[in-house]
Amino acid sequence: MIKRDLVIVGGGPAGMAAAVSAYENGVKDILLIERDQYLGGILNQCIHTGFGINYFKEILTGPEYADRFIKKIKDIQDIEVSLKSLVVKLTNDKTVTFLKPGRLETVKAKAVIMATGCREKTREMIHIQGTRPAGIFSAGLAQKLINIEGLLPGKEVVIIGSGDIGLIMARRFALEGAKVKAIIEIQKETRGLLRNVVQCVEDFDIPFYFNHKISRIYGKDRVEKVSVMKVDDNFNEIPGSLFEIKCDTILISVGLISENELIEMAGVKIEENKTSVPGIFVCGNSFKIYDMVDSVTEDSILTGKLAAEYIMSCK
Amino acid sequence: MKLYDVIIIGAGVIGTSIARELSRYKLDIALLEKEEELAFGVSKSNSGIIHPGTQNPPCSLKGKLCAQGNFLIRKISKELGVDFKEVGELIVAFNEAEIKELLRLKKEAEILGVYGLKIVDRAWLKENEPNLNNAAVCGLYAPTAGIISPYRFVYDLAENAIRNGVEIHTETKVINIIRVDGYFEIVTSKELFKTKYLINAAGLFADEISKMVGIDDFKIKPRKGEEFILDKKKENLTNHLIFPLPSKISKGVLIIKTADGNPMIGPTAEDIEDKEDLSTSDSGFSKVLLSARRLIPSINDKDIIAYFAGLRPVAGDDFIIRHEGKAHGFINVAGIQSPGLTASPAIALLVADILKNNGLALKKKLIFHAHRKKTAHIFASPFSKTKKLIKKDASYGDIVCRCEMVSAKEIKDAIKRGAKTMDGVKFRTRAQSGRCHGSFCATRIMKIMAEETRMPLTGITKRGRGSEIVKRDRATM
Amino acid sequence: MTIKKLTCIECPEGCRLTVDIENSRIIKVAGNKCPKGEEYAISEIENPVRILTSSVLSQGLGLKMIPVRTDKPIPKSRIFEAMEEIKKVRVSRPLSTGDIVVKNFSGLGVNLIATRRVK
Repeated sequence: MIKRDLVIVGGGPAGMAAAVSAYENGVKDILLIERDQYLGGILNQCIHTGFGINYFKEILTGPEYADRFIKKIKDIQDIEVSLKSLVVKLTNDKTVTFLKPGRLETVKAKAVIMATGCREKTREMIHIQGTRPAGIFSAGLAQKLINIEGLLPGKEVVIIGSGDIGLIMARRFALEGAKVKAIIEIQKETRGLLRNVVQCVEDFDIPFYFNHKISRIYGKDRVEKVSVMKVDDNFNEIPGSLFEIKCDTILISVGLISENELIEMAGVKIEENKTSVPGIFVCGNSFKIYDMVDSVTEDSILTGKLAAEYIMSCK
Repeated sequence: MKLYDVIIIGAGVIGTSIARELSRYKLDIALLEKEEELAFGVSKSNSGIIHPGTQNPPCSLKGKLCAQGNFLIRKISKELGVDFKEVGELIVAFNEAEIKELLRLKKEAEILGVYGLKIVDRAWLKENEPNLNNAAVCGLYAPTAGIISPYRFVYDLAENAIRNGVEIHTETKVINIIRVDGYFEIVTSKELFKTKYLINAAGLFADEISKMVGIDDFKIKPRKGEEFILDKKKENLTNHLIFPLPSKISKGVLIIKTADGNPMIGPTAEDIEDKEDLSTSDSGFSKVLLSARRLIPSINDKDIIAYFAGLRPVAGDDFIIRHEGKAHGFINVAGIQSPGLTASPAIALLVADILKNNGLALKKKLIFHAHRKKTAHIFASPFSKTKKLIKKDASYGDIVCRCEMVSAKEIKDAIKRGAKTMDGVKFRTRAQSGRCHGSFCATRIMKIMAEETRMPLTGITKRGRGSEIVKRDRATM
Repeated sequence: MTIKKLTCIECPEGCRLTVDIENSRIIKVAGNKCPKGEEYAISEIENPVRILTSSVLSQGLGLKMIPVRTDKPIPKSRIFEAMEEIKKVRVSRPLSTGDIVVKNFSGLGVNLIATRRVK
């Protein structure tokens, strides 16, 4: 079994900031585990601007923001990075098991920081009924398809929910030449940032339906249409308000949830950046959902420091 | 044109079971399927329950074949390397009147030879099924009930049948059947087939196929069932399959354990007209949730990660399995709804007997490959085994689907074994069936498929032509 | 005098701006919490501009798509025209973050730069 002072799970903005911070606070034996083949996490697909205004006092795109940390990590020899590595188990004695091509590794750490980010809520979580054809994507998957893979998911799009990724993707589809036919938001105002409403929705004359919800998805092989209804402030249907929108693609952008399955499986409970087990920490979006990556960075720097203090106190 | 001994229409669990059973004999056999992949009809939305034989009258085909099938499936699953777990079932009674019903069910099942049945009391229930509603007064416990992955079972049956010489033709829709000199000529969307014996296992469309040979005395009515899948975290929600008392048209809303770990609640039972309507509804959702909570009050709708609807092919009260004298050589295997999966091995034996009784010589092959090498699944392997697998092939350690822990190697294998669509990969490997619904792994799976099959990315579909995932590739613009 | 309401997009704050216009000249901007808001309002009324971000196709490099952006804002009215140019770009040499992909992109007087390193 390998031994490390600090194991960090997740090489996105949270994990990278925590690693740098822990190093700067005296930890010299760090393993950073990332499941993808690159560091940077979800920032790599967030190619739009809007990152870094608080932390770097500059307006950067996601990959540029990530790059600043990637460069730092590469310069620090004491941070070992294991890419294409998926952690499959965490135990409350701070043992981490991960798989990577060719290997199954178990690492015993003095401290563990979980920086596993978040995932998007699915259509199922908001109970949209109807059929299950091709053409239903989470906004993040659509973002990955277009920005990373160069693939356009569809040409006539309805976006469910007005989370920031959904708004950003409305613009992205419009720029690619697709028609964004509607954004449907059940609440009476946007869930995303106002600036995104302006530059992603209004700039492209995309119809924004507040107090509306999708009642059903239609289509056998591919999405064909959705039915939409107006709701009151308690989300109850307003009779007679039902109408249909033809589309071939539906994006779901109804919020994010922290990825905490490994922590849960270990029987560990999350408390203010720490957990019920001394030496197991959690930061970034896996701790709580932040609006901005700058806040994720701040939170993770703090967590890196806490982990360093913990490790020092063990000696 | 090649003359087949037997052609089977429909590659669901019934068609593939029959094909595999007949592949023991020196016969030329072809299996025709209209969809892009096998098990894409009725079988894909099966609950995966291997029933003990407690819920159908002893005199019915359903009852007899279910009890036999429960016995036979143990051997077959071993031969094919499919996991069969004997988890046992509980039919729960909530009052005195229901206890009488339980006793009647027990008696009927015992006539069928179902063993191990016992009536269990409140204390037993509390100890063995702690999450069960306290209002349950007693239950009928059937230890021989089990679970299996319905689609993996079909794929493994088909793979084994192919190894033993069966031809499988997908995307081959039967358009017409013509009698020529005592043979059947089958006009399909692809080519013309000719056979001595023809077996109709066309599921929802069995009535339409039967009509083509002039047998028009039954109708298949789709009965929709909506099912809701819970997060794997809730794997231990129950220790057994939990049933309420059955109604006239269905077994009611159940708490189902599945071979994949995720519990499932459902199904509804609603007679509909459209044989292609697989939509779920708000009313189905509330009904299932309400009924399921009557059994297990702690079920939370937040734990539901997926749902789907399936259609049962109903043709009256019982299965229709018979040789049609009016069209010699034509065998109807129709109306195979629940307990069809359980009964499938027994149905295959019955069909073989019917063929023999109607003049087909069943001569055993010198070599029949009964066994199939078990497919490796990382999600079902302990670390010690995973380590060995990775040593054998590094890409077992390359995890593509992280929610369900599916490796690149498993996905490549699934494609080599016949997966042609994203759903085909999902049903074989579980990749994309977890809580994120493929948001993280869909692109990687698409790329692996494109590499392995040399298909363009724009040609990759969810479940066959018309269900392409993306519309355009910047690289080929 | 006409009053125009705008939402500032310079930062996530999203200040609601009120712009007083007389004889097509801006005489007052209110509601902004920082000087950037005023600059934004003026630009938005006189000549609205945006930074364009997208990705371009690579050939034979480690990434299929390379994220790019214009290094300065471009007129909003020319965004779709610029997108058509972006779709035609092919990159076959390694780039660092900030490297110029296309100089004087689409005659707009801005450069198209890479926002991610690609080998």
